[in-house]
Amino acid sequence: MSKSLKLFGGAFIGTAAVLVAAANFADRMIAPLPEQASRMTVDAPADMDGMFIAAAQADEVPADARLGLGREALAEEIAVWDIDVRPDGTGLPEGSGDVMTGEEIFVESCAVCHGDFGEGVGRWPVLTGGFNSLTKDRPVKTTGSYWPYLSTVYDYINRAMPFGNAQSLQPDDVYAITAYLLYMNDLVDEDFTLSRENFAGVEMPNADGFYMDDRAETEIPVFTGEPCMEACKDTVEITMRAAVLDVTPDETAAEAAADAADDDELAPESEAAPDAAPASEGDGHAAIDPALVDAGEKVFRKCKACHQIGDGAKNRTGPHLNGVVGRKIAAVDGFKYSKTLDAMDGVWDEEALSAFLANPKAYAKGTKMSFAGLRKPEDLAAIIAYMKAAGQ
Amino acid sequence: MSASDKSGTASRRTFLKGALAAGGAVAGAGAARAAGDPAITQIQPWMQELGDGVDVAPYGKPSEYEDQVIRRTVEWLTADPVSSINFTPLHDLDGIITPNGLCFERHHGGAAHIDPAEHRLMINGLVDTPLVFTMEDILRFPRENHVYFLECAANSGMEWRGSQLNGCQFTHGMIHNVMYTGVPLRLLLNEAGIKTEGKWILPEGADAAAMTRSIPMEKALDDCLVAFKMNGEALRVEQGYPLRLVVPGWEGNMWIKWLRRIEVGDQPWHHREETSKYTDLFADGKARRFTWEMDAKSVITSPSPQVPIPHGPGPLVIKGLAWSGRGTIPRVDVTIDGGKTWAQARMSGPSLDKSMHAFYLDINWDGQPLYLQSRAHDSTGYVQPTKQALREIRGVNSIYHNNGIQTWYVNEQGVAENVEIS
Repeated sequence: MSKSLKLFGGAFIGTAAVLVAAANFADRMIAPLPEQASRMTVDAPADMDGMFIAAAQADEVPADARLGLGREALAEEIAVWDIDVRPDGTGLPEGSGDVMTGEEIFVESCAVCHGDFGEGVGRWPVLTGGFNSLTKDRPVKTTGSYWPYLSTVYDYINRAMPFGNAQSLQPDDVYAITAYLLYMNDLVDEDFTLSRENFAGVEMPNADGFYMDDRAETEIPVFTGEPCMEACKDTVEITMRAAVLDVTPDETAAEAAADAADDDELAPESEAAPDAAPASEGDGHAAIDPALVDAGEKVFRKCKACHQIGDGAKNRTGPHLNGVVGRKIAAVDGFKYSKTLDAMDGVWDEEALSAFLANPKAYAKGTKMSFAGLRKPEDLAAIIAYMKAAGQ
Repeated sequence: MSASDKSGTASRRTFLKGALAAGGAVAGAGAARAAGDPAITQIQPWMQELGDGVDVAPYGKPSEYEDQVIRRTVEWLTADPVSSINFTPLHDLDGIITPNGLCFERHHGGAAHIDPAEHRLMINGLVDTPLVFTMEDILRFPRENHVYFLECAANSGMEWRGSQLNGCQFTHGMIHNVMYTGVPLRLLLNEAGIKTEGKWILPEGADAAAMTRSIPMEKALDDCLVAFKMNGEALRVEQGYPLRLVVPGWEGNMWIKWLRRIEVGDQPWHHREETSKYTDLFADGKARRFTWEMDAKSVITSPSPQVPIPHGPGPLVIKGLAWSGRGTIPRVDVTIDGGKTWAQARMSGPSLDKSMHAFYLDINWDGQPLYLQSRAHDSTGYVQPTKQALREIRGVNSIYHNNGIQTWYVNEQGVAENVEIS
């Protein structure tokens, strides 16, 4: 709009009356159109002519000739992006992984959400068990009980996991995690090794549990035809009401959340991005050991599914962690803490953070943070150094 | 009884807020009898003081009196807001077009912010020449404009076991309807040249979920679009900026956002979102898969639990929306007595293929309780079934594709509740 006004302003310098200007402006807008349209019909394929007079839904561009746009994809490029795997094993890379290795990786990278045995933490997906539950009142659909193909497990872990650090796993890692999932589902023994070679031989229990959409036969004929319009029933009784369950989000809570989101958007970027350099670059702050910060960044991957830190960090499942070292406990605006943390006085100094992160549920019984804790003292030191550096 | 009281309170709060926002209509009417309506007799600030200049809002936003019209989420539905869903406030909207900022969001690895200069679309697999397009390349193909609804397969999925959420935003808000501008997918596929054994495509997203779905070639060549605009402006980040696939009439999960690659193959891939998710589990433990087309569906958007009737007996506008993945909606029936008698609603606005349709029933409300339902008929003759009829075929564990008839009970005070009736 401002551009048009500038152009127009140039053409009509000295025109004071707004009404006159508006009328001229309108003329200007209309005048060039026929010329452009005729130019288009000359250049465009004959079929396109009709496009301009056809109704919107009749609009179809011609399908024939190639336009010679784009360029040929290089084999190297395709190899990087084309990582999909099919049930027949097409797309699997070279590699292998055994159950025991898989357990190590799983505990390190997956258990924070899925639990040490794939049982699922909070509302994160349950990965194991649920056998014979598909006909029950509450089916448990896991990789073992429901997923029809092992290729789907491999493909999904490889493309999207770990949550927040996708496509960071090597083929051997993915084979190993997949093998461990099979083991946790009692489908293989603990000495099992999964590889590209034996992959297609693994049959999943629910492979025959699916059939093609049959609505055309089973539903559409039933649901077609003139329905009753008059005197269709004698009585109407309420049989169920949503208010009894009372699970609808509170209107005021929803609005508070929206307000908080607005605040995020409105926060000036300079505030959200203080002058601290990213930790990995080593920013020269005397107290910070760059190697420790680097190590801490790796440890922090366990936290990334729920916490953000650094420029523009926002509250997610957990509060943002900018300035967390030295911050008052439960002090981030707009984050709903557990009652336990809310009630705690004090500051997240290094001592308190170490104790909390070593065993969150013991330090703050009732915390919503579903994290088992960091067992190694060196991990605790590293992650605190990283949070100091990245979250300044 | 205490539970329904509670709901009444919640609704009343909304109602009161609405009345206040409407400029205190009740007080105004009372005042008019005494000394005239102050909204008329008193000079209001906006009548006297100058308003905003044209430089105040380079990108305009709705009036501050509309700040309740927002997407809302249901926290307990998912583990994390990054892989979650929010809902379009259908109850507060009218007509058939959803404003871009209110279109519900569902993503599996967060909404990716992509620099269009760094975005590529690759076509590979069973093609004569695997190709890479830049955004500039895409914009040089002929393009089309179409209005389509996008409905998440899980829309109304929380209602299979019975009435659960009190508000059509929550029961039906996983849907939006916008005008897309995009390149027909077949033009891009033809540019690469589909080999004769190419029967399926696998579109893939560039986000951290790298979403993939298998789509049969007939659909890909029929009406799919690779879209870059919605309602005239660039796709919103949360809708897949800079490129998304449009798969008219089919479940929303297939409309891959942040589209970066399309592979052509001879078989489906059976990836996560077409095996473990988006399959309909029946009572016998077997699951339907590839249930792509969205069945005809409708809902009355007002009155509804979030928008009770703000006035007493007399003229009342009942408004609603209807759509079908198989065509248009020539007819919607509405009942106000729980299905004893039905009347044909008035369809209003354009009737476009695989688009939302708006309908109204204008009644003279007698102040008695209403049992409101709507029933869509689509252009194939399919008639929207009751929830019970669906349950008899599918059981209650199928999660997806619940297109059953919705009931709102409206009491004498005009407060509405999500119920099921005999």
